[in-house]
Amino acid sequence: MATVNDVVIKIGTVNGTGSASANGLLMKSIFRMGVPVVGKNYFPSNIQGLPTWYEIRVTGDGYQCRSNRVDVMVAMNAQTYAKDLADVAPGGWLVYDSTWPRNKLLSRDDITVLGVPLSRMCNEHFEGARARILMKNIAYVGVLAALLDIDLDTINELIEETFAAKQKLIGSNMKAIRLGYDYARENFVCPLPSKVAAMDRTRGHIVIDGNTAAGLGCMYAGATVGAWYPITPSTSLMDAFRAFCSKYRVDPESGKRTYCIIQAEDELAAIGMVLGASWNGARSFTPTSGPGISLMSEFLGYGYYAELPAVIFDVQRTGPSTGMPTRTQQSDILSCAYASHGDTKHVLLFPADPEECFTMAQSAFDLAERLQTPVMVLSDLDIGMNDWMVPEFDFDESKIPDRGKVLGAQDLENMEEFYRYLDVDGDGIPYRTLPGTHPKGSYFTRGSGHTKYGSYTENSADYQDVVDRLLLKWETARSIVPKAEIQYSKFNTAAILSVGSGDGACKESLDRLKKQKTGLNYCCVKAFPFDETVKDFIEKHEVVYVVEQNRDAQLRTLLMLDCDADPAKLVSLLHYDGMPLNAGFVVEKVLEEQSKGRAA
Amino acid sequence: MSYISKPKVSHPNLPRNTLGLTVRDYEGAVSTLCAGCGHDSVTAAIVQAVFELNIEPHMLAKMSGIGCSSKTPAYFVNQSHGFNAVHGRMASVTTGASAANRTLTYIGVSGDGDSLSIGAGQFVHAIRRNLNMCYIIENNGVYGLTKGQFSASADIGSMPKKGLPNQQEPIDPVSTALSLGATYIARSFSGDKEQLVPLIQGALLHDGFSLVDVISPCVTFNDHEGSTKSYAHTREFFHHVVNADYVAPAEEIKAAYAEGSAMPIELHDGSRIILRKVDSEYEPTSRASAFKYLRKRFNAGEIITGLLYFNDARKEMHDLMGNIDTPLSEYPLDKLHPGKKELKKILSRYR
Repeated sequence: MATVNDVVIKIGTVNGTGSASANGLLMKSIFRMGVPVVGKNYFPSNIQGLPTWYEIRVTGDGYQCRSNRVDVMVAMNAQTYAKDLADVAPGGWLVYDSTWPRNKLLSRDDITVLGVPLSRMCNEHFEGARARILMKNIAYVGVLAALLDIDLDTINELIEETFAAKQKLIGSNMKAIRLGYDYARENFVCPLPSKVAAMDRTRGHIVIDGNTAAGLGCMYAGATVGAWYPITPSTSLMDAFRAFCSKYRVDPESGKRTYCIIQAEDELAAIGMVLGASWNGARSFTPTSGPGISLMSEFLGYGYYAELPAVIFDVQRTGPSTGMPTRTQQSDILSCAYASHGDTKHVLLFPADPEECFTMAQSAFDLAERLQTPVMVLSDLDIGMNDWMVPEFDFDESKIPDRGKVLGAQDLENMEEFYRYLDVDGDGIPYRTLPGTHPKGSYFTRGSGHTKYGSYTENSADYQDVVDRLLLKWETARSIVPKAEIQYSKFNTAAILSVGSGDGACKESLDRLKKQKTGLNYCCVKAFPFDETVKDFIEKHEVVYVVEQNRDAQLRTLLMLDCDADPAKLVSLLHYDGMPLNAGFVVEKVLEEQSKGRAA
Repeated sequence: MSYISKPKVSHPNLPRNTLGLTVRDYEGAVSTLCAGCGHDSVTAAIVQAVFELNIEPHMLAKMSGIGCSSKTPAYFVNQSHGFNAVHGRMASVTTGASAANRTLTYIGVSGDGDSLSIGAGQFVHAIRRNLNMCYIIENNGVYGLTKGQFSASADIGSMPKKGLPNQQEPIDPVSTALSLGATYIARSFSGDKEQLVPLIQGALLHDGFSLVDVISPCVTFNDHEGSTKSYAHTREFFHHVVNADYVAPAEEIKAAYAEGSAMPIELHDGSRIILRKVDSEYEPTSRASAFKYLRKRFNAGEIITGLLYFNDARKEMHDLMGNIDTPLSEYPLDKLHPGKKELKKILSRYR
């Protein structure tokens, strides 16, 4: 197995031992060598002591998903040694801490096992228990640097940058790298046949997680009020927003804050705060995950019916119920689309990677204010918490944010009378006023039945008039939400349709299927309601493989409901074990379906 | 909503406040509550309080949840924005609204079901944050719209219209607020407008969370013999312990107060609240002694009213956070981000 820039490294450690910085250092070093990388963190819902893994896929081709293969395993956790050993692909390598002997029963003939006395070396060279544990992690980076031919200068440069503020750590980290590196060079044939070599494919790119990107997007969108209740895997979104705000949101004149972050008592309160703030004209948002959406549902229906903007980030995790909080899924699609009782539906955005988390955070506020309705951004744990290599974000300073139809004091002064829910422009979107603007602008915001003039009603026709207009607004939403990404050739009669974090795996599978003489078209939906091109795309194909990460084919259901798509041609490929989607799964399932005679 | 609308013509010689508005300008739609409902008296007290404070109608925001009490913001100050939220969630909406615009005056009207059962969580957390609002509980011990079930404020032994007496401990909003550190706590009776109006005025002007718990009898479901929230029972057992007089900015204190009984409190706009102690034993600035006194008198079956606790030393929500004084909602969007060049700098960390 000899490859260049096509290798998967997996590191098994114990959570709480500080391996994250070592793994980050490893991944960044490869990225700095110009080689595309994909990082995935598989961690337990726990603070300390349970197994955790980090997986780095080195992909010279620049693919965006994990591979279900492991070439080099670093087995640092005795607890999971047997499993880690079994996971290595035939012909692969396993590195372990040989300070303590392995169980003889655990061995494989088809892989190469490399023992490095990491603990012993670190005990000899470092003082203090904490330092010894941390440096053991850095030392395996040194071992991998030798085995995979990762540039030592790049590693050292990163160490210097990371510890610029803590100079004394630079020396110890470099020393640990050297210990591992030298040991490997002296005892093994380095580099391995599978290795890394510098190239130029990461220029103009960054490595970032989706939650950080979304938090940055909120800051750039001018969000001023953030309300939230901590929940994995969304918490780091607010952490990022707070960090950016603490630096960039200090009023130059008064030295006071131009943002207000409120840790709510629960998700019911968090969404209530968001609605109260946007009713008052602030751009406000809440990050949450599935259980939070369940709690927010009543208020989301209120937002829909009373027509208030709100931005909700649902960083989806594995359900149902508490499910697996640190595993990924796309299983909130239906509960978000129809959150709340009564005839309610919501605008959803589906970012496929951190770059889209940044851009869609901004469009979510524009859409919410334009449409006067809650907009939900459906990210997931894979996008939100994993490091993705994406093009560096751009920000168009000339683009004016869309604040929607808000009447100012002068508008109201010139008006005879203001009515809140009148469809003046024929697009289903009424005009709104903000409290504190003008006495003529007052209206009573309510979730109870109301007329187009804003007053309470129990009259059938008046009630229906308003809910019918909301349907017209829904069609306006359809015309302005982000369009699906489509790759189309008239020679293909079958296609893949995917959403969100499945995009990377699907695109890679298209390449692989093409090599196997199976050409497929592709559509990645970006928003709900689905824009017209989605309906058209489905109609143009005989078979559409709908790839999504949930058990119940939620996206397929939504396509049937919203696009009136023919169920017979929508074939589900479902991946829902909690791990991020990989291209191998898609290829295998497509071929399996085609062999059943569904080939187009 | 009533089908009868109020006449738009009013008496030409009605007194006007400093904004040139009459009390009619602070009215709302015709109430649809039962004739004799205590809540309508509270509405009238709010109208008078706001009129006398010269609050510009559009600078007032009326917040509520669900229930009979929560309907009432439609019945006062038509020219203010109102937010009739979902059940028990008025506090969170007001928190967000205040976060966006701290310059409005927030008046919330809730009930004992809305605040002490379904909304208990939000009620206590609004207090904890010292949210700057006037929070009125129209407390009648029952659920009216669903026809007379006991609420969490029903006293032990209180009789329903039909069925067995309540056996569960009541939640008393005043002692709850006291234990949570609310900074302005008052109780009154809907039938005592003279006491109620200045208590609401003080609550509206206080910088921080103000609770006004108003015993407001439900004439339809809880006004019979054996009820501890009836007009008759409240009239018999309520006692003023500390009253409050509102004195507008620059106005002279005209009333004569007995030595040692009056305690003037300066409010942020230059006006004053004069506390009048009816019982000289009472210490309205000490949580511990207020709590002890209230429990003792509660155990004796008395309903103690007045401005029961006051603390102007604690900062309200925005000042605790260090937020700007102007509304966040009015801060220009293009000044809320550092621009394209800085984005490049930020992202260099992710290279």
